[in-house]
Amino acid sequence: MTMPLYASPEQILRDRSEYARKGIARGRSVVVLRYADGILFVAENPSSTLHKVSEIYDRIGFAAVGRYSEFENLRQAGIRFADIRGYQNDPRDVTGRSLANVYAQTLGSIFTEQIKPLEVEICVAEVGHLPEQDTMYRLTYDGSIVDEPQYVVMGGQAEATTTALKDLFSDGLSLADAVGVAVRGLSSGSTSTGNGKPDLLDRAKLEVAVLERDRPRRAFRRIVGAALDAMLPGEPAAEEDVSTSPTSEKGGPATPAKDVNLPPNDDKA
Amino acid sequence: MENSSSGRYPSASLPPAYFTPGSSSFTDFLRAQAPELLPSARRLPEGSHVQAPHGTTIVAVTFKGGVLIAGDRRATMGNVIAQRDMKKVFVTDDYSAVGIAGTAGIAIEIVRLFAVDLRHYEKIEGVSLSLDGKANRLSAMIKGNLDAAMAGLAVVPLFAGFDTEAPDPDRAGRIVSYDVTGGRYEENQGYQAVGSGSLFAKSALKKLYDPDADAEGAARAAVESLYDAADDDTATGGPDTVRRIYPVIVTITAAEGAVTLSDERTAAIAEAVVEGRRV
Repeated sequence: MTMPLYASPEQILRDRSEYARKGIARGRSVVVLRYADGILFVAENPSSTLHKVSEIYDRIGFAAVGRYSEFENLRQAGIRFADIRGYQNDPRDVTGRSLANVYAQTLGSIFTEQIKPLEVEICVAEVGHLPEQDTMYRLTYDGSIVDEPQYVVMGGQAEATTTALKDLFSDGLSLADAVGVAVRGLSSGSTSTGNGKPDLLDRAKLEVAVLERDRPRRAFRRIVGAALDAMLPGEPAAEEDVSTSPTSEKGGPATPAKDVNLPPNDDKA
Repeated sequence: MENSSSGRYPSASLPPAYFTPGSSSFTDFLRAQAPELLPSARRLPEGSHVQAPHGTTIVAVTFKGGVLIAGDRRATMGNVIAQRDMKKVFVTDDYSAVGIAGTAGIAIEIVRLFAVDLRHYEKIEGVSLSLDGKANRLSAMIKGNLDAAMAGLAVVPLFAGFDTEAPDPDRAGRIVSYDVTGGRYEENQGYQAVGSGSLFAKSALKKLYDPDADAEGAARAAVESLYDAADDDTATGGPDTVRRIYPVIVTITAAEGAVTLSDERTAAIAEAVVEGRRV
């Protein structure tokens, strides 16, 4: 294929947008939503060590979809930015807004100046001391920044998940209810559910974390193991079969298995 | 390694130092990005001698199930008391604490940077440093302060940590002492002290130390030793029952991690010690 002698800027940027959007849609989704006591992050993530959700600072969290190496790099840059601000000034002077602005400028610059845009979409969330002060920012591959009021859905089949969340979400949910809403939303947009596979994502495929308003120092906390099991929604019988389903996508051998003596999923309807 | 495919970083984004992979040390990042923020960024002309407040006498005592570190509250500058209620013992993360002796200003800055460095590492890597790693990091910071130390601004910390990987949880409390060059020494005798009153405090602990004491017993022994240090060293302050200024005590155990004892508990222990000394 011959390179064109001239390509208009619109064409170049449109191609880049297309490229980035395709990359992001190929991955798995993340949901960030507000609940009564803070902000909840739920990501569809089969790996237990390569995280999509992470702590940036005392009251600031980060979630991302897309190319792992790229958003991991942004995550580390964000942590460095927050720590140097907090060290130079004071921890209270580090805000989600300044971090989101820096990310927006970085992403925007890379989008216009580099040959390949970053195939990432990120969410910066800050939990305030009052519910009205919670903020969630969504940043896209081209540096657009949006302040979202209730929830953020990114990556994968985001439209299906957004549609589900429109019905399921309400303000002031408890943590367990919020986890249920998020998991149901993710499951309706996920490629690992439905069509003979279990309807809901199970613990092994999820990464869950919260920013809790009233934790004294660091608000970020991951929810794993039995604590997560207790909050997962679900049909009581269906949950047990999921872990041995041969059709489930396996991210890595490290995830702990549940009871392995159950028959595989295909035998059940 | 820069975050760019064409070999130069975009003009409006963060500088390359922010995107360097493989470096989880906040101190190294500061050195690349903002070296003026490092404690060692102090230019001292030849032969200068600065008068600055000094803090003194920190004791650390292991007990059954953890370790405790306590410090007095006095900061002196020559013959003048610069501060009556200085805090010299700091919780640096969930399972470690550092007490400082020497030039107060530099020491507090080093401990602050140390605490941020530990948290930074944990956020970037997802796991905490090992206890030995933390002790080594602190050693490197003291080493960086050697120039200032030669000009009279020495900093000598005492590090206490709970080793979550220790085979025997009753003996998991560990103490690491340092010298002014940054050399680090593991303390195996169960207690250590630094500062101008440390000799008196250690002599007291020689008789009071009980490896099987509980946290309360260890705190009592520590406050007794600080009292003895204050008795013989002008630069160490004893418990001030008039103003209610008592030593800062931090205990580190498996169950609670590193916690500063509340004012009420410290007051109770200190007042009991003072009562016991009444003639």
